[in-house]
Amino acid sequence: MLASFIPLFLQILMAAGLAYTLLIAAKKLGPKRPNAVKTMAYESGMDPVGTARDRYSVKFYLVAMIFIVFDVEVVFLYPWAVTFREFLTRSPQLGLFVLGVVGVFLAVLTLGLVYDIKKGGLEF
Amino acid sequence: MDLPLYWVALIGFAIINFFLVSASVLVYYERKVSGWIQNRPGPNRVGPWGFLQPFADVAKLIFKEDISPTASSPFIHSLAPVLMVTIAMTTAALIPFARGFVIVDTEVSALLVLALTSIAVYGVTLAGWSSNSKFSLLGGLRSSAQMISYELAMGLSVLTVVLITGSLRLVDIVEYQNGPGAWGILGWNVFRAPIAALIFIVTAFAETNRAPFDLPEAEQELVGGYHTEYSGMKFGMFFLAEYVNFFVASFVIVTLFFGGYLLPWEDALLSALPGLKDSVLLGVLQVLSLLLKAAFFAFVFIWVRWTLPRFKYQQLMTLGWKMLLPIALANVVLYALFFTFKALLGWGG
Repeated sequence: MLASFIPLFLQILMAAGLAYTLLIAAKKLGPKRPNAVKTMAYESGMDPVGTARDRYSVKFYLVAMIFIVFDVEVVFLYPWAVTFREFLTRSPQLGLFVLGVVGVFLAVLTLGLVYDIKKGGLEF
Repeated sequence: MDLPLYWVALIGFAIINFFLVSASVLVYYERKVSGWIQNRPGPNRVGPWGFLQPFADVAKLIFKEDISPTASSPFIHSLAPVLMVTIAMTTAALIPFARGFVIVDTEVSALLVLALTSIAVYGVTLAGWSSNSKFSLLGGLRSSAQMISYELAMGLSVLTVVLITGSLRLVDIVEYQNGPGAWGILGWNVFRAPIAALIFIVTAFAETNRAPFDLPEAEQELVGGYHTEYSGMKFGMFFLAEYVNFFVASFVIVTLFFGGYLLPWEDALLSALPGLKDSVLLGVLQVLSLLLKAAFFAFVFIWVRWTLPRFKYQQLMTLGWKMLLPIALANVVLYALFFTFKALLGWGG
């Protein structure tokens, strides 16, 4: 079971090797003539005003939080999706019961999405 | 596939090289196609018909100065492009290229594709944050919000496919689409679940940050977006990752919805020519059919980029959360209900 993941790790290692080689090539091969203006943060040619590590809109946090809820929902649905048709072929009544359970789960989350949209949590 | 590990490594290395070259070819392809669309010749100076232009560009990028901004965090600034390239090249290894020709063949390949593409969000976000420039930060933030928003609809459209095929293994998903006899291509998932296919293609555009979803690097408002502060080959790595990503996305679209490596009417063809079964020629034909289909979707990516204007940010969020997500969710429920009624009433097999 775990053995089928070994090629994946091998591939990650090789891909990282390629990326690292490109990075080293970028560092070694190019000229090195830095000066204060060149290494300044780009702000359309003017001197940078203040810092970029500032506060930003709270909307982004909201999106991230709602995303976590729904992403976990989707992950919970995968095992159901894989086995659902097996349940149905074994016994349609059992399948109907499984569908009911998942239906309640989905209904609660859909209600959450509707509530969030009505409250304006996704207005930009 | 029960091959010794050094063979797996060798094939994996070959595939990385294939995608490296294909990224260069795609850059040329995109510039030529955009040239045709805008009624101008496109690159035509370096090599015959300008074919060597992308290779000249790579050589130029490698010998450019690598500027690290004073205000940036050097380690994360270098980590971000490495992460992007690594993820793009690793996802490429999950695709089944022909029957029995897949490097990483796990029970959960479809889930791994989704997992790996969501790690790309980190690359973009870290690049935007570590540069310590306002344009980069805004590009990174926009991009992460966009990518996580569309990931949900993408996950749900893949869920529909998983519900139909009952497996998360990409090889099983491809084999399931093999329609018997004259039905041939009607077995493809695009005919079984057209809405899911459409949603997946739209979200694939958003996940790869391609137009009309290219807000993270909207040139007119954000300069270069998250890679404003990158130069030389580090910028080239983002460029490489973008092209590999959208080529891999075309491969995934084909694998999930357009029969993967299957030839059109493969069953009918095999019963007409029984000698073809299990032959090397069939494998070669399958690789070619996969490549042709993927090249077509790569063309669609380019075509859309040069045809449609960019979304506004609030249109993008409305489309993702209020349209694609509910439609994808309803689609899953619809298919579950359909299968239940089919079983209860005893239709079909």
